[in-house]
Amino acid sequence: MNEQRPITIIVVIVLIGVVLLTKLFMIQVLDDSFLKRAERNAVQRLVDHPYRGLVYDRTGKIMVYNNPIFDLMVIPKEFNVKDTTRFCEIFNIAKEDLIEKYTAARKYSSVKPSILIPQVSTTEFAKIQDYLIDYPGLFVTTRSVRSYPQASAANALGYIGEINARQLERDTVRYYRQGDFVGLSGLEGFYEKELRGIKGVKYKMVNVRGVDKGSFKDGDYDTASVAGRNLTSTIDLELQLYGEKLMEGKVGSVVAIEPKTGEILAMISAPTYDPNLLAGSKFGSNYGVLNKDEKMPLFNRPIMAMYPPGSIFKIVQSLIGLQMGVLTPNTTYACNRSLVACHNHPSPVNLFGAIRNSCNPYYHQAYRAMINQEVSRNTFKDTEIGLDKWRESVLLFGLGGPLGIDMYNEKGGSIPSSSYYDRIYGVGRWKYSTIYSLSIGQGEMMVTPLQMANLAAIFANKGYYYQPHLIKAIDGDHTKIKEEFRIRKEVGVDAHHFDLIQDAMAEAIYGTAARAAIPDITIAGKTGTAQNPQGEDHSVFVAFAPKEDPKIAIAVYVENAGWGGRAAASTASLMIEKYIKREVKRLGLEEYVIAGKFM
Amino acid sequence: MRQDDLYINKIDWVTILIYASLVIIGWFNIYAAVFDEQNAKSIFDLSINSGQQLVRIGAALIMILLIMVADYRLYENLSMILYVFFLILLVVTPFIGKEVNGQILTVGFGSVRIQPSEFAKFATALALAKYMERPSFDLSQVKYQLQALVIIMIPIVLIMLQPDTGTAMVFFAFFIMLYREGMPQKYYVLALTIIAISLFALGVENNLYLVFAIAAGVGFLIFLGKKKISRIISFVVIGLLMIAYVYSLDYVVSKLPQHQQNRIMVLFNPDLDPLGVGWNVTQSKIAIGSGGFLGKGYLEGTQTKFDFVPEQHTDFIFCTLGEEFGWAGSFIVILLFCTLLIRLVIMAERQKTRFSRVYGYCVISILLFHFMVNIAMTIGLFPVIGIPLPFFSYGGSSLWSFTILLFIFIKLDSHRIQMLGRMN
Repeated sequence: MNEQRPITIIVVIVLIGVVLLTKLFMIQVLDDSFLKRAERNAVQRLVDHPYRGLVYDRTGKIMVYNNPIFDLMVIPKEFNVKDTTRFCEIFNIAKEDLIEKYTAARKYSSVKPSILIPQVSTTEFAKIQDYLIDYPGLFVTTRSVRSYPQASAANALGYIGEINARQLERDTVRYYRQGDFVGLSGLEGFYEKELRGIKGVKYKMVNVRGVDKGSFKDGDYDTASVAGRNLTSTIDLELQLYGEKLMEGKVGSVVAIEPKTGEILAMISAPTYDPNLLAGSKFGSNYGVLNKDEKMPLFNRPIMAMYPPGSIFKIVQSLIGLQMGVLTPNTTYACNRSLVACHNHPSPVNLFGAIRNSCNPYYHQAYRAMINQEVSRNTFKDTEIGLDKWRESVLLFGLGGPLGIDMYNEKGGSIPSSSYYDRIYGVGRWKYSTIYSLSIGQGEMMVTPLQMANLAAIFANKGYYYQPHLIKAIDGDHTKIKEEFRIRKEVGVDAHHFDLIQDAMAEAIYGTAARAAIPDITIAGKTGTAQNPQGEDHSVFVAFAPKEDPKIAIAVYVENAGWGGRAAASTASLMIEKYIKREVKRLGLEEYVIAGKFM
Repeated sequence: MRQDDLYINKIDWVTILIYASLVIIGWFNIYAAVFDEQNAKSIFDLSINSGQQLVRIGAALIMILLIMVADYRLYENLSMILYVFFLILLVVTPFIGKEVNGQILTVGFGSVRIQPSEFAKFATALALAKYMERPSFDLSQVKYQLQALVIIMIPIVLIMLQPDTGTAMVFFAFFIMLYREGMPQKYYVLALTIIAISLFALGVENNLYLVFAIAAGVGFLIFLGKKKISRIISFVVIGLLMIAYVYSLDYVVSKLPQHQQNRIMVLFNPDLDPLGVGWNVTQSKIAIGSGGFLGKGYLEGTQTKFDFVPEQHTDFIFCTLGEEFGWAGSFIVILLFCTLLIRLVIMAERQKTRFSRVYGYCVISILLFHFMVNIAMTIGLFPVIGIPLPFFSYGGSSLWSFTILLFIFIKLDSHRIQMLGRMN
């Protein structure tokens, strides 16, 4: 009876072996989820953050760099101090502070590092470095914070901050992780891809308590980070700083462009702020304050503020009129103030006189000649055709749409089209008398300070411009900037038409903006006044110099400063002097401008 | 030919070879389990477990030598004395022993400590063999069944009191030996049925399905067999008892201590509490499962090396093997165990005395139970009960007790020609 039982026992032994091996085969070979879970357990992916690229000005001065910050870290388990008083002395920490920080660190983890003293200064770091060896469980980690040695060009440079949920969502290649810092505005935002570099990855092994156990597979899967690319800005830091000084206590913009290249020499948004305020850990507390400031220091006025162009637009009108053949240098109109208000000047005037005296009735009549060329018998239809044809010419001057500067959120202003008026008044229900304000740069048109500076560059270049931009080289290579910055854009007006304009602008300085004149530099300029229904008009001035070989084109806006001949023209003139002569001799004017407060 | 030559020639070298392989593989795995790359020490370093284990292996070799040179009749003559001695030691352990983790398991002086419950295994095996050798002993009679049960139950009760449920459960393995020696089959059928129903009752959410299955099974058996009233009634009664058992089980389980309840429930759902009770099983499965087919390589296992698996050098030593040598390594070790066990069955069957054969089957019973339960618990097939993997796990008591257990049988086997006794 018992004879087959040994066989049964052998069968059971074999069955147990088969069951165990089957189950093992299932979890070891067939199911790879355990391998992934093991890696999640023991392999920690550490991102090696690259150094963000630096930004230099056009003369090689540093504008943005990475300031190393040292944090003193502690591993509570290894930390052991015998003489606490001496320790506190060396590390410059109060005893209560030490106990509090240590207790907090211990509570977090006894084997993982926590910050004991944050942001140790470079000098302090040098001091404590030698003592570190005496205290086990202490070490220093380095991180870097964006730093601006001259605290200048805040709005142009922009700032970096923690990536937000929307940006993370847009990042389809999944480069960024929660908590990463990205450029949020200005150049930091626009050139994020160039500046950020390439992240490296280190795979570390950790034990069950999270203690570092060396690199995974001897670092075979690790990649080194690649530092971001350095940018060379078109900004002349000295000029920028000077402009910021002049604009202190004022609201407005200064944009200076090198006409032959479209390079922006200075771009001042006033009031401004110290960019260091938004660097590193201070971002959180300071951003709120700046954002709530009613003077809006974070508002990048040169590319975002829009004003009616005012009288300066008369130059564009003159040029389009000349090119159309509607105007000639000899075209004369009477200063008929029943059409539109004007100031006292000899009448009638020819084109030169009209520019020099900024004669409103002249342009009212000249613009009518451009718009109503009697292409159609129907005066409504005729106006419509004329307006759209005229608008095409205006757009070529870089108006009515963003110029495409290397910054996000550039506003384009507006130049109304016939469909715009159709929407407001209805098709066939508006005519020249509805739109005549456009003739003198008022009414339904808007421009940004950047577009105005670009106009000055067009006048200086006699008919062409390069897209204004802030970065001229990436890693020192001029060809790496955007292709479109190197394409010459024609405005469709023959160069010879500009001669008269330039002469009139040079003359106008002595007529309307005598203060702007600089000895031995011929400035060509035009004042303007941007009407402000809320209060005092905005003072506007555009100019280029020297007239013979223009090196700088500039637009200055000073809000609430009244007529353009005063604050704006003086500021522009000083900027030109500073840029061309590298030194300002007219200290009285400088003082006058700095003293002016229009806030 | 001298007598000594005779028995040396009869020594079963296959068994010794397998034993040696398992001990050596185990020793290397203990080193792997404690290996720390950043603080690498030699495998012989006495400050780490592998060095310590080597000393114990050395001690085991001396024990083997003593067992082999001693007179083979000694074990039979000493069996009852040893049994009583270790029972007394189990009784006094709670009073003179050292407390570790709320359990008092070891006695001894200074660093030399032994765990009486481990040694009680081979002592009980000897006692059973000796007792069952008596000519009148017949397992088909209830009287003798009860006598065998008493010899097994006394150490179980004493070990449960320590408390060490895991080790106590090992003694139930002697029923494998009793099966070979003629214990009626119906007990085993009943026991396996109860175990199967228990597993289903705990594993299946709705007990109603199980009740239907039992009813269907009983109906089927009635339909197949003779339609005698008494038979039908007994089947129906058994069926009703089963159903009652199903419903009482949940209640019984809920009355168990929480940690035992958890160990049972984790078996059915390891994700129940991955950081608590499920931690051991989950981490153990991750370690073994991440080994793949060929493993991560010796000393390359991250899970075991970095302490993700608790108790990895003792009860969970199989994790190290599974992680670093993969399925191939697991296969070799399981193959070695199965070969050893089958070899022992063959050896037991060639014994000329009932004493040797019963003892041989006791060895098989204990090794099979340890081997099955230990590996099964590391891969989530069995609740976690802390029993070591024979010859593998770190620790003197377990290595020595398994060595003594096995080598007494090898010694007896080598003298099988000389041993003349009653066989049935």
